[in-house]
Amino acid sequence: MDLGLNEAQQMLKTSAQDFLSAECPDTYVREMEEDERGYTPELWTKIAEQGWLGLIIPEQYGGVELEFQDLVVLLEEMGRYMLPGPFFSTVVLGGMSIMDAGNEEQKQEYLPRIAEGQIIMTLALTEPSARWDAPGVELTATSNGDSYTLSGTKLFVQNAHVSDYMVVVARTGSSEEDISLFVVPTQSDGINQTLLKTIASDRQSEVVFSDVQVPSSALLGVENKGWETIQKVMQWGAIGKCAEMSGGGQQVLDMTVDYVKQRTQFGRPIGSFQAIQHHCANMATDVEGSKFITYQAAWRLSEGLPADREVAMAKAWVSDAYRRVCALGHQSHGAIGFTKEHNMQLYSRRAKASEIMFGDTDFHLENVANIIGL
Amino acid sequence: MDFKFENIDEDFRSEIKDFVEKELPWNWREQDLDPEDEKDSVLVRNFKRKLGDQGWLTMAWPKEYGGQAASHMRQVVFNEEMAYRGISAGDAGIRMVGPILMLYGTDEQKKQFLPKIASAEINWSQGYSEPDSGSDLASLQTRAVEDGDDFVVSGSKIWNSAHADSDWMFMLVRTEPDAPKHRGISFVLTELEGQEGVTIEKIPMMWDAYRGLVTFDNVRVPKKNLVGEQNRGWYVGAALLDFERSGVDRPARAKRVLEDLVAFCKVNKKNGRLLADDPVIRNELAELAVQVETTRLMCYNVAWMQSQDLIPNKEASITKVYGTETVNRLYGLGVKIMGLYGQLDPDSKWAPLKGRIENAWLRSFGGMVAAGTSEIQRNVIAQRGLELPRG
Repeated sequence: MDLGLNEAQQMLKTSAQDFLSAECPDTYVREMEEDERGYTPELWTKIAEQGWLGLIIPEQYGGVELEFQDLVVLLEEMGRYMLPGPFFSTVVLGGMSIMDAGNEEQKQEYLPRIAEGQIIMTLALTEPSARWDAPGVELTATSNGDSYTLSGTKLFVQNAHVSDYMVVVARTGSSEEDISLFVVPTQSDGINQTLLKTIASDRQSEVVFSDVQVPSSALLGVENKGWETIQKVMQWGAIGKCAEMSGGGQQVLDMTVDYVKQRTQFGRPIGSFQAIQHHCANMATDVEGSKFITYQAAWRLSEGLPADREVAMAKAWVSDAYRRVCALGHQSHGAIGFTKEHNMQLYSRRAKASEIMFGDTDFHLENVANIIGL
Repeated sequence: MDFKFENIDEDFRSEIKDFVEKELPWNWREQDLDPEDEKDSVLVRNFKRKLGDQGWLTMAWPKEYGGQAASHMRQVVFNEEMAYRGISAGDAGIRMVGPILMLYGTDEQKKQFLPKIASAEINWSQGYSEPDSGSDLASLQTRAVEDGDDFVVSGSKIWNSAHADSDWMFMLVRTEPDAPKHRGISFVLTELEGQEGVTIEKIPMMWDAYRGLVTFDNVRVPKKNLVGEQNRGWYVGAALLDFERSGVDRPARAKRVLEDLVAFCKVNKKNGRLLADDPVIRNELAELAVQVETTRLMCYNVAWMQSQDLIPNKEASITKVYGTETVNRLYGLGVKIMGLYGQLDPDSKWAPLKGRIENAWLRSFGGMVAAGTSEIQRNVIAQRGLELPRG
């Protein structure tokens, strides 16, 4: 057993902190909230130079070939520094879909370009029904022999507006899980996008597919077997979000502890009041729990062990814990924490978005209920 | 990151399981034992002797004292498997008195006590809390006055197991009333059995058990039973002992309760609907399952830190608060799930799961108060862990 970070992970964490504190200060985060693209190509290039885009991509495709648990260490720091932009959608959603389902040719085509930062990707999964299950996929892909026609609407597609390719989850049959994946260039004829304004000021879009033609070679993996990949991507996505939340929670705790040591009322630092101390202790408890329940699931996913139980438990728990941490952070900061100028609100808005993503607490608790035999 | 136990520890887990389920004299699935309760204490003591014969009770002890110097994670495995089956492996003699004697005891004390502790021949009760000294333990007032070769002890100790087949008490007593409160305390061992001046009262608790209140009226304790230096007893009692102290027994016990509740929900109905089909109950039980899992990982972390020679200060307090509050919620939910039946005492023929859940819920409030209340633990987390200023 080793519940800490190994040496390489510790180095990755430290270098991520060094890099992000220099390149992704809160001023950048705020600028990107207003920016149309939501990221800068300059920073994207620097991120690629760090090797992060190819962190878990096999060496033969130009990556560093580390494990998912290493990526989780990096995502924790990205959550702490609130890195804006398409890293998550490119690496976890697009890249890992291709790593899992792609044939040799597709891997050759996309993975090296992801690793080098040449392409941005995303996953077009959810639709106006806002469901995370297979019946929620209604967009159809109809085979015409050597091509497919895609029709339907995807909603809440992350960073679609800057993506070069989308992995589109489409219905190819009438059985519940007759679902297939297609790698579709975002600029294809018949695709129309509209940006949504969101609580976390991230970039999500409505993407309408009006008889979009893609060649058969765009099919990722086997026809009607796409849902198997999506279930894995949802697990990676859920634990990736848990890592971001865990890192964000740590930062909110640190910020709050600093603040209550300095803020004076009634002639003494408010951090000397037991009520505030207990808020901080409760936050520390939630941050501690978030870390281990996330790491456990990340480790199992890395090892290829069954992880349904651990993933569901982690996403259920961390989603709630991060929201509690932010709420107590706000309470301890008082009114200043609600101002736009303060970083507290940057975190609490993101906490809510992450809580919903890849299944909220109730969604995952229902999974847990099934798994424990109810 | 590696959340797997060593293979040899997993083998050991199977060995314990087999042994316990073969040797356990009671139906462990249907009964919780409270070693501090007199009616259970004999049963527990006898079973402990069997564990002692296997060398398992003292596995955490160094080899020179007849232990196995078992790793912290090995101890976790043992404690988990015992607690899951309702056996409290938290014997105060083995976990506290023994290790303290190894650190501070004289050769004579070691010779006198360690073998008997190892074989579970002495039942210890803890003499720390007093009626007027709870969270502020260092304010304790039980006096020990020097008189020749003895201390003469007067005062009272509360919330212990002295009434339940207890032979000796390890206690903190005030030997220097004029010193600052932490510096006038000594750690002594007092024989209770047949001791003149000792009165033991039973305090009925709101759950099905008693706690002891021991009154000392000029009780003579030989000076050779002083452990460590006189007036340094606070530091003897507070020594950081290097056995596994993660509290992993809590999530292990809770795991069994969860299993029992799931089984209950699958065969019982409420308003004509199977409990297991009720979406609210599914949600609530699943939530507790997640909280128990989180507790388990926190415990693993405490033990793992110990195994790395790191001192889990904040982490141990976090784990204690979260673990005790989680099991309290779990039992409370269990009582609620059982509806009207949830209120039945263990001796009712109608009581589901023999009233274990009801009784355990009542008892679980004790967990949030004993050994440092949740409030004290949160102070520790904030002040020692997060370095917030003292008020």
